[in-house]
Amino acid sequence: MPQVTLTVNGKSATVEVEGRTLLVELLREKLGLTGTHVGCDTSQCGACVVHVDGVSVKSCTMLAVQADGAKVITIEGLAAADGTLHPMQEMFREHHALQCGFCTPGMVMAAIDLVNSNPLGLSQDEIRHGLEGNLCRCTGYHNIVKAIDAAQGIMHAPAAE
Amino acid sequence: MNAPFEGIGASVRRKEDLRFISGRGNYTDDINRPGQTHMVIKRSDRPHARIISIDASAALAAPGVVAVYTGDDFANIGGLPCGWQIHNKDGSPMVEPKHPVIAHGKVRHVGDPIAVVIAETKQQAKNAAELLVIDLEDLPSIATTTDALKPGAPIVHDEAAGNLCYDWHLGDADAVAAAFATAHKVVTLDLENNRLIPNAMEPRVALGDYDRHTGDYTLFTTSQNPHVIRLLMGAFVLGLPEHKLRVVAPDVGGGFGSKIYHYAEEAIVTWAAGKLGRPVKWTAERSESFMSDAHGRDHVSTAQMAVDKDGKFLALKVHTLANMGAYLSTFAPAVPTYLYATLLAGTYTTPVIYVEVKAVFTNTVPVDAYRGAGRPEATFLLERLVDAIALDMGMDRVEIRRKNFIPRDAFPYQTPVALQYDSGDYFATLDAALKSADYAGFPARKAAAAAQGKLRGIGVSTYLEACGIAPSKVVGSLGARAGLYEVANVRVHPTGSISVFTGTHSHGQGHETTFAQLVSDQLGVPLSQVDIVHGDTGKIPFGMGTYGSRSLAVGGSAMVKAMDKIIAKGKKIAAHLMEASPEDIEFKNGVFSVAGTDKQKTLGEIALTAYVPHNYPIETLEPGLDETAFYDPANFTFPGGCHICEVEIDPETGVVAIVNFNAVDDVGRVVNPMIVEGQVQGGVAQGIGQALLENAAYDASGQLLSGSFMDYTMLRADDLTNITVGTENTMCTHNPLGSKGCGEVGAIGSPPAVINAVCDALNIRHMNMPATAEKVWSIINGRAAG
Repeated sequence: MPQVTLTVNGKSATVEVEGRTLLVELLREKLGLTGTHVGCDTSQCGACVVHVDGVSVKSCTMLAVQADGAKVITIEGLAAADGTLHPMQEMFREHHALQCGFCTPGMVMAAIDLVNSNPLGLSQDEIRHGLEGNLCRCTGYHNIVKAIDAAQGIMHAPAAE
Repeated sequence: MNAPFEGIGASVRRKEDLRFISGRGNYTDDINRPGQTHMVIKRSDRPHARIISIDASAALAAPGVVAVYTGDDFANIGGLPCGWQIHNKDGSPMVEPKHPVIAHGKVRHVGDPIAVVIAETKQQAKNAAELLVIDLEDLPSIATTTDALKPGAPIVHDEAAGNLCYDWHLGDADAVAAAFATAHKVVTLDLENNRLIPNAMEPRVALGDYDRHTGDYTLFTTSQNPHVIRLLMGAFVLGLPEHKLRVVAPDVGGGFGSKIYHYAEEAIVTWAAGKLGRPVKWTAERSESFMSDAHGRDHVSTAQMAVDKDGKFLALKVHTLANMGAYLSTFAPAVPTYLYATLLAGTYTTPVIYVEVKAVFTNTVPVDAYRGAGRPEATFLLERLVDAIALDMGMDRVEIRRKNFIPRDAFPYQTPVALQYDSGDYFATLDAALKSADYAGFPARKAAAAAQGKLRGIGVSTYLEACGIAPSKVVGSLGARAGLYEVANVRVHPTGSISVFTGTHSHGQGHETTFAQLVSDQLGVPLSQVDIVHGDTGKIPFGMGTYGSRSLAVGGSAMVKAMDKIIAKGKKIAAHLMEASPEDIEFKNGVFSVAGTDKQKTLGEIALTAYVPHNYPIETLEPGLDETAFYDPANFTFPGGCHICEVEIDPETGVVAIVNFNAVDDVGRVVNPMIVEGQVQGGVAQGIGQALLENAAYDASGQLLSGSFMDYTMLRADDLTNITVGTENTMCTHNPLGSKGCGEVGAIGSPPAVINAVCDALNIRHMNMPATAEKVWSIINGRAAG
């Protein structure tokens, strides 16, 4: 079986996988990182979004072997070492942007990449369009949009001197 | 310094969120047991066929395969039970065909399980399932609700002649006929309520485990009601007594009704775990969810209202065909009857009503309750009919509603369809919504849109629903095979922290926060000292779970009753410690005090005394501070309100954009306004999804055409705008909290508001849901009838 070596949330891991093993299966089943969820089988729902080399990826749509040598960040790896939450996580809680929590990890990971990719800032309409790859059945999205809007203000704020 | 207020009425942030935003949720698929095997299900790809043979020899010989089971293995085990029996007009019971755990003899819908393969890994099970040789002989099939009763239609169950499950009615046919005979006008509307697929984001999962040392079974499952599953599966399917069966429903990723029911997979993994002596896990792929989770709605109706010359409603007559699918799901028969016909008075004083409902079998996935369950169907019918009456009578749509509203001073109000509303003020919610939506400013906005070549419309829905399910005696008399009380166990620990064990279940509703606020409010302890425990029959005394917006109204009331007992016992202990009479002890903000003195003891001190009873009235009082209450509600609760939707349609494309949505609901006492707003926004979003995009499409033979997120249109963020939510609350008069429930109001009130707006924009009398761009464009271009 092929061997894959990758860095997940700052830790190096080498695992044997089948050629057909998906990145999400590697994360959930081999590494026990169950924060990344699987909500569909057609790459529509976005519950499985993680960052691969800094870019959001639907981990159900990437083979584990394609992640060889990559740096992967999952929802479990977002908070700082001292436990301080990422602003996106904080704002999701602050704005009641989650109910059942199942879409939340993918939603948060996709939102961070969306904000990082748009340093000039996004309007609420642009945020809505930017979420087209993520489904939520609980919230009606509005609080998610508000949370991302609030988080971009924090993420783009000039660092304190 | 005062502690922040965390009790009833505070929008405190949710306690459960920290684990969800950190990836530390504990969903069923996150659980794995040592020695676990994996199950894959071979499902029928035919709507109706005879099973000629199943050859599993190649599959059994494949690498890693542990077992293959078919319907033969379950032939002597009970079928999946139905929890509600409806009686026909003539008093005879409904037809209740056996629902085999695994199809036996015949398959009856696409998705019906034919065989299961259990292997060391999921991939091995999948590979082996491909090696099953299954010989099916196609049979004629029927999928369409309206065709199911036609003479010569293919028959789904031999025992259900003409595919009729039941022919039921409610109300006074003679009085309605008399009113129709003399009425100024009878307005008729034919409508359909589109079939929906619930699609909670977490697919269903079941993991069965068997302890060979104790003989105990454990089922981990994605359920809204683990005790109900224990009862149904244990007593009716597998014959396992409650004390040997534990059902755990940990974090559950949304339900919306679809995770109420006892599903075949739960019984298979539990049974197989015992058979194999190893854990067996099954995780649905989304395509399986589409063809095995219970669907919702699917009604075809004719509604007729007799009116006088002033537009006053005189009599309502409704005929409905309801599609049950291929088998009766757990609560399916109740949905188009007692959760539907009883709602047809709505917010109006219609004096006489007669409703006939025929439920039919078809070769489709079973249909059961989906967010709102019967009440959205009733509301869509009634609120569309009222708009049609206004149009036919040349009357204003808002004024005709006002004219027929149940007056403020008429409560308690007895409807002609069994329910007695305890409280409500439909004028208040209507007025607040009209203001919030700037209804008066609509003509100017319509003109401005017209100048841009766009069609604007506005729609109003003034709905009512019945939830807080339900008084056991009442539902028992109507055919329910269960009681619908709720249970709470409040355990004050020796050091004063508190665990509350509730029989309700949270799968997104925020119970860990809302219920902790109840405890904080009543017992005066900080939220951080309170844990709400749910979803485990091994920990919780009993309970009926979460659906029908019942958790706060019924489950919360049980907590209040249990806390009353805690306080009553605490007073006796405090009286002993402070050498006073229990009648003189007051309890407030977590402190017991002797009236008129400065003597006091905290709840924590009383708790410690209760568990370390050295100085204690031991002759008359047991130690400990742990109380349980079963609460059976006296009545349903009756949220109501007004939803106003404004749409703008691009005639070039037919795309309907929601430009404004205002909901003002009466949900009774609100514990956490932030959570209520979120529940209503989410419910409205699902209602808008039904109205504009969603449709479970079958071809005439019963092939599911919308079997994935590629074909079944889920609402996305850019399909919506902000949904403005307000409340104008009247208190429920019969439960200790005054709360009515808010989980379903959004999905109940909103669909007719959307379609009323679309019809207004298009200047048509009616169109059925969903108002997709294609349908709207066809209407605009004269290619389809409205």
